[in-house]
Amino acid sequence: MNKMKIHISKRASLPWYKAWAIRGIAILAALVTCAVVTMLLTGENPISIYSTIFRGAFGTARRTWVTVQDLAVLLGISLAVTPAFKMRFWNIGAEGQVLIGGLATTACMICLADKLSNPMVIVCMIVASIAAGAVWGFLPAFFKAKWNTNETLFTLMMNYIATQLAAYFIIVWEVPKGAGKIGIINQSSEIGWLPQLGNQYLLSIVTVALLTVVMYIYLNYSKHGYEIAVVGESQRTASYAGIKVERVIIRTMVLSGAVCGLMGLLLVGGINHTLTTTVVDGRGFTAVMVSWMAKFNPITMIFTSLLLVFLSRGAGEISSAFGLNHSFSDILTGIILFFIIGSEFFITYQISMRKSAGKEG
Amino acid sequence: MKKFLAMLLALVMVLSLAACGGGETKTPETEDPGTQTEEPAAASVKVGFICLHDENSTYDLNFINGAKAACESLGITDYVIKTNVPEGQECYDTAAELADDGCNIIFADSFGHEDYMIQAAKEFPDVQFCHSTGTKAHTEGLSNYHNAFASIYEGRYLAGIAAGLKLSEMIENGEITEDEAKIGYVGAYTYAEVVSGYTSFFLGARSVCPSATMEVTFTGSWYDETAEKEGAQKLINNGCKLISQHADSMGAPTACELAGVPNVSYNGSTEAACPNTYIVSSRIDWAPYYEYAISAVINGEEIAADWTGTLATGSVVLTDLNENVIAEGTADAIAEATAKLQDGSLHVFDTATFTVSGAAMDSYMADVDTDPAYTPDTEVISDGYFHESEYRSAPYFDLRIDGITLLDEAY
Repeated sequence: MNKMKIHISKRASLPWYKAWAIRGIAILAALVTCAVVTMLLTGENPISIYSTIFRGAFGTARRTWVTVQDLAVLLGISLAVTPAFKMRFWNIGAEGQVLIGGLATTACMICLADKLSNPMVIVCMIVASIAAGAVWGFLPAFFKAKWNTNETLFTLMMNYIATQLAAYFIIVWEVPKGAGKIGIINQSSEIGWLPQLGNQYLLSIVTVALLTVVMYIYLNYSKHGYEIAVVGESQRTASYAGIKVERVIIRTMVLSGAVCGLMGLLLVGGINHTLTTTVVDGRGFTAVMVSWMAKFNPITMIFTSLLLVFLSRGAGEISSAFGLNHSFSDILTGIILFFIIGSEFFITYQISMRKSAGKEG
Repeated sequence: MKKFLAMLLALVMVLSLAACGGGETKTPETEDPGTQTEEPAAASVKVGFICLHDENSTYDLNFINGAKAACESLGITDYVIKTNVPEGQECYDTAAELADDGCNIIFADSFGHEDYMIQAAKEFPDVQFCHSTGTKAHTEGLSNYHNAFASIYEGRYLAGIAAGLKLSEMIENGEITEDEAKIGYVGAYTYAEVVSGYTSFFLGARSVCPSATMEVTFTGSWYDETAEKEGAQKLINNGCKLISQHADSMGAPTACELAGVPNVSYNGSTEAACPNTYIVSSRIDWAPYYEYAISAVINGEEIAADWTGTLATGSVVLTDLNENVIAEGTADAIAEATAKLQDGSLHVFDTATFTVSGAAMDSYMADVDTDPAYTPDTEVISDGYFHESEYRSAPYFDLRIDGITLLDEAY
C-alpha cells in the first residue's frame, strides 16, 4: 500500500472566517459525538436531549433571564482574570478574590444595617468589596514582584484562606444558632440590597456589559493595556523598553482582584443576598478557561462564557426531564469542551498528508 | 465543493435543532393559563420537589423516596423533581420556574432553602410552598408558605433503647465494665436539631443502661464523609463502645464496621454496607406529609403553617432491627416504649430524667421564633417535661445536659 507521512506545521495565520469555520465544525462534531454517546448510554433520542438543553436555558422568559445573568457573572469573573493572564501572570485565585469581596459585602450588610442609612451601607459595600478583592490580588503580586514567589501556588493558597475566613464568619453570623447558615440578609428591610433596574436580573447584566466594553478598551487602546501585552510577551523586552515591570505586575493584579471583588459584590449584594462558602461555585476556575478559549479578547469571551453557561443550565434540565444523573450533563460538557479546545490545535497548526504515491483525495 | 457541502449540512443541522427547541418551548406556555384558572383536581395537580443533592445523599434519597411514594398513592403522574439545587438564589429561580411551569404546590427539602422559598411564596400567592425542616412559617404570616418536620426525637429515643440494651448486654457478658459504657456521637453542627437528636438518643440509651455516658464531636458539615469517618474513629479511640451519628454520609457507619463497633444509623438502614455492626436506624418518612399537603391542595383546603409528623402519623419510623447485632428483647422493649410514648405516659424530655449543671430544670425559655439575636421567647417546660416540637415543628431543644460531654463546640 501507499506510504503516508503526516506533517504538522505551524500555520502562519488563518483568515478569521476559516478559523471560525474550524470552530463551527468542532462544535458540530462535538454535538454528533454527544448524540452517539447519549444514544448508546441512555437510549434517549439525542434530538430531544438537545431540545431539552435548549429549553433549560431559554425555554421561558425567566430561564432566559437567569441564563443571561449567569452569563454575566461568569463573564465578569473572566474579564477580571484576563489582564493578569494577558500579562502571563497565572492568577488562579479568582475564586478567593470574588469570595473575599462577597465576605466584605456581607460584613457591611450585617454590621452596618442598623447604623447607617441604606445608600451609605451600599457605598460602604462597594468600597469594601473592591478593596478586599484588590488586597487579595495585591498580596501575591507584591510577593511575585519583590521576591519572585510562585504566583500559581500563591493565588491558589489565597483561595483556601478566603474560604476558611468565609466559613468562620458564617458561623459567627449564623441564624438560627448552630445552623451554620446565614440565610437571606435583611430579608424584610432589604438594607444593603443593590437597587433593581427594571427586574432583579438586569443590574448585574448591565454592570458586566459596561465592564466588558471598558475592559476591551483598556486592554487594546490604553497605555496600561499595551504595557500588559509587552510584559506578557517578554519581561526583558519590557524592562528594556523602560516599562517598570514590577509596577505593572502589581497594578494589574490589583485591578484583577478589584474586579473580582466587584463580582463578589454583585453575587452577594445583588443576586444571592447571602454568603456561603460555595457562592462562587467554581466559576473562579471556569473563568480561566473562558478567558483562554477566547484568547483574552473580552468580546469573544461573551460567546465562550455563553457556551459554558448554556450547557450547564441545560444540563440541569436534562437531569430532571429524563431522570438522568447530573453527572451525565457533565459528560456532555466534557465532550464539547474537548472538541472546542482541540479545535484550537487545528487553527494553530496545519496537518498535511503526503503520500509517496497515488492521487490526492 | 466538499467543504461547502459539509458546511451547508452543518447549517441545516443547527437550524433544525434550533427549530426543535423553539417549537417545543411553546407547549407548556399555552397550557399554563388552563391549569392556573381551573380548580385543581387530582389529575390536574402538578407538584414540584426541590432537593439539595441527588439520590447519592441518604438525606435527599429519603425525601425523593417519600415524594415518589406520596405521588404514587395519590395517583399523581405530573410531578417534577429538581435535584442538586444549592441553598442560594438558584433555589428561588428553581421554585419560580416550577411555578411558571404550572406547579400548584412546591416542596423544598433543605434547611438553607427556606428564605428563598419565602421569597418565591411572596411572588406567587396562588402556589403553595412547603419547606421541610424550616423554622419561619409560624411567624412569617404568609398563607401559602408552610413548614414541616417530625417528632424525630421520639425515633431517636427508641433507637437509643436499642443502643442501651446493647451496652447492657456487653456489660453482662463482661466485655466492658459499667463505667466503660460510653457512647460516641458524630454531629454536624451545634444546631438545635442535632442537640435534640443526640440528647433524646442518649436519654433512650440511659433509660435501659443507667451507667451510660456520651461524647459528641461535630464536623461542621452536613455531608463530609472524611470528617465523619475521622470523627467516629476519634470517638472509638477515646473508648466509645457504640457510635451513632447525625450527618448524612456513610463515614461513621463505615468506620464502625472497620473497627467492629456497633452503630445506630440515621435516615435509613446501613445494613447492606455494615452487616456486622448496624443495629437500627431512625428516620423521618416524608410520604405522610406530602400526601397530606397535596391532598389539601386537591381539596382546596388550608395547609397547616407548621406541621409536625409523629409516630401516629407514620412520619417517625425505625428501620428493621439487625438480628445479628441487637441484644435480646430489643424489639419488645421498643414496642413497649412506643406504646407509652403514644399514650402520653412517657415523655422523652421528662425533666425527672436529666439535669443541667447538676440541677433539674423547671423552666426554660427557648428560641422558637427565629431572629438574628437568638432571643429566647417561649417557655417550653411545663407539666414536668420539655415540650419539643409543639410550639414549632423544627426542634428547639438546645440544653447541654449532664452525662454528655461535647468534645468541641467550634461549629
